[in-house]
Amino acid sequence: MAKAFTRERIDALAMLAKKLRHLIVHNTQLTGGGHFGASLSMVEVLTALYWEIMRVDAQNPKWEGRDYFVLSKGHACAGFAPILAEKGFFDPQLLSTFNQLDSCFGMHTTLKMNGVEHPTGSLGHGLNVGLGIALGLKLDNKPNRVFVLIGDGEQQEGSVWEAIMAAGNWGVDNLIAVVDRNFLSQDGATEELMRLEPLAEKWRSFNWSVKTVDGHDMGSVLNGLAVLPFEPNKPSCLIAETVKGKGVSFMENQHKWHYGIMTDAQYATATREVGFEGERLRSHEILGIDA
Amino acid sequence: MATADGFTMASFKEMAGRDSYGKMLAQCGEEDERLVVLNADCQHPTRATLFAERFPDRNFNFGIAEANMISAAAGMAIAGKIPVAAGFGFAISLRVAEQIRTNVCYPNHNVKVVTTATGLSMGTGGPTHHCIEDLALMRGIPNITIVCPASPIENALATRACLLEHEGPVYLRLVRGEDFGGTDEIYEQADIDFEIGKAITLRDGEDITLMAHGNSVGLALLSAAQLAQKGIGARVVNMHTVKPLDKEAIWEAAERTRGIVTIEENNVCGGFGEAVAAVMAGKKGSPLVPVRLVGIQDEFCKIGASLDLWQAHGLREQTVVAAALDILN
Repeated sequence: MAKAFTRERIDALAMLAKKLRHLIVHNTQLTGGGHFGASLSMVEVLTALYWEIMRVDAQNPKWEGRDYFVLSKGHACAGFAPILAEKGFFDPQLLSTFNQLDSCFGMHTTLKMNGVEHPTGSLGHGLNVGLGIALGLKLDNKPNRVFVLIGDGEQQEGSVWEAIMAAGNWGVDNLIAVVDRNFLSQDGATEELMRLEPLAEKWRSFNWSVKTVDGHDMGSVLNGLAVLPFEPNKPSCLIAETVKGKGVSFMENQHKWHYGIMTDAQYATATREVGFEGERLRSHEILGIDA
Repeated sequence: MATADGFTMASFKEMAGRDSYGKMLAQCGEEDERLVVLNADCQHPTRATLFAERFPDRNFNFGIAEANMISAAAGMAIAGKIPVAAGFGFAISLRVAEQIRTNVCYPNHNVKVVTTATGLSMGTGGPTHHCIEDLALMRGIPNITIVCPASPIENALATRACLLEHEGPVYLRLVRGEDFGGTDEIYEQADIDFEIGKAITLRDGEDITLMAHGNSVGLALLSAAQLAQKGIGARVVNMHTVKPLDKEAIWEAAERTRGIVTIEENNVCGGFGEAVAAVMAGKKGSPLVPVRLVGIQDEFCKIGASLDLWQAHGLREQTVVAAALDILN
């Protein structure tokens, strides 16, 4: 049954994504810099997942009825943690401890973070782990879904294709992969370094149901995920075409902003660009719902 | 304790090592429905067939894809299962060591990694199919428990202990057994007191200690008999748990005998013997005794039947006896 999204709802979620982008830029800069590019390209997707598509209970991260999420591109922790905080998984004040000795928060996700199912960072593992969770859930006839956000450069790792092959062969339709297709990795453009195209065809040939959407258009992302699985008896892959570093002009599509820290001048520009009028609003106020 | 088939522990004596594991695996599957078994196209060699027949829904064959198998095992643990992921030694401990470290041990998921074809048991397979590095690699990973049972009975007991009694990541290194001509059971009866982390003294002696695990325990016992003929009392200790080592057993050997000869079907570089020596030398007030490492001396091995390779690469009674005499004279 397709969910229908009102214009109002789409706009509210897009507004929330703006706020989250603002939070991510400031928190990453103020804690010593980080993986700006990867963190900024996935904001709309994660907003859609955590505020609309996925069943989660931030007050009860291990709720039995929850959907599972694995951030396979674990280096986007700087983007993921503020989103979890805003959703209510932990006190946002903790975000200021990023990169400090014995912090829960560093370059990559850790199990000390509420809402993290499996620590990621090394690439090419998250989809395999997600497949395992999905298989376990299916064995128990549970309706929970497993969402894995995977990078595009990450798919140069062969282990990913083992998961794609198995999930497709076994029709693991409670597994949903979302590809953050920002066309860049650390050294440059994926299509120049180690070409991935035709990417959608590759997944399809492994028996996945595949859709491609504009990963920064909230309506497209939501509609892309409205019906799950996309087709019965097949795992689903949403390729979200995105811009690495989205929202900060000098970071957009720049591979050197894979990881870094801004100069004062750059930070001033970025602050202006991701500025958010209602920045003190909490997410529920933006969405016009009770907390 | 009888298995569902009516096998008693005593009957495990009659089996080759892998078969006793396979039967105990199925038994554990009866006892705990959370147990699931994962394979990478070696279901028969890893003796998962009986489990697969009984519990087809809980058996997953990933094909020749060990990385996926181990990482999916981690995922299944997250979903509340007890995954047992088995394969050939080299393909598991070497090829996907990172998956074991990163996806199983770092998050401390309750995954049981089981290997067959360890050491030189795939002799004619040549070096690509030998596995003489796994102890060095696995030892270096935090949160892991490494168990190397020595015989069909011990395979069964260790399997049960690792799968159902121990919480946390395990590397269970099985012996094949049948390479050594039928049953090579080292225990007289089946009701031995097997406890992970607790060494078993098989033979007493006052002069020298022989420490071994897995296939090498049989060699240690044969060597002790030869030493006895020379009037030398050799204590034989089965160190089935390579991590965490039974430190008390090592310090006791240093107290009670004049040296330790370690034996392993493994490269001595980074292996069991070095671990024992480090423990022995590390306790204030404990006597420092010489340690000699019998095992593969940092070389790739030849092609040949396992028993021939043991002879060719220094896993012989003569080598153990010479090492003991080297310490004592």
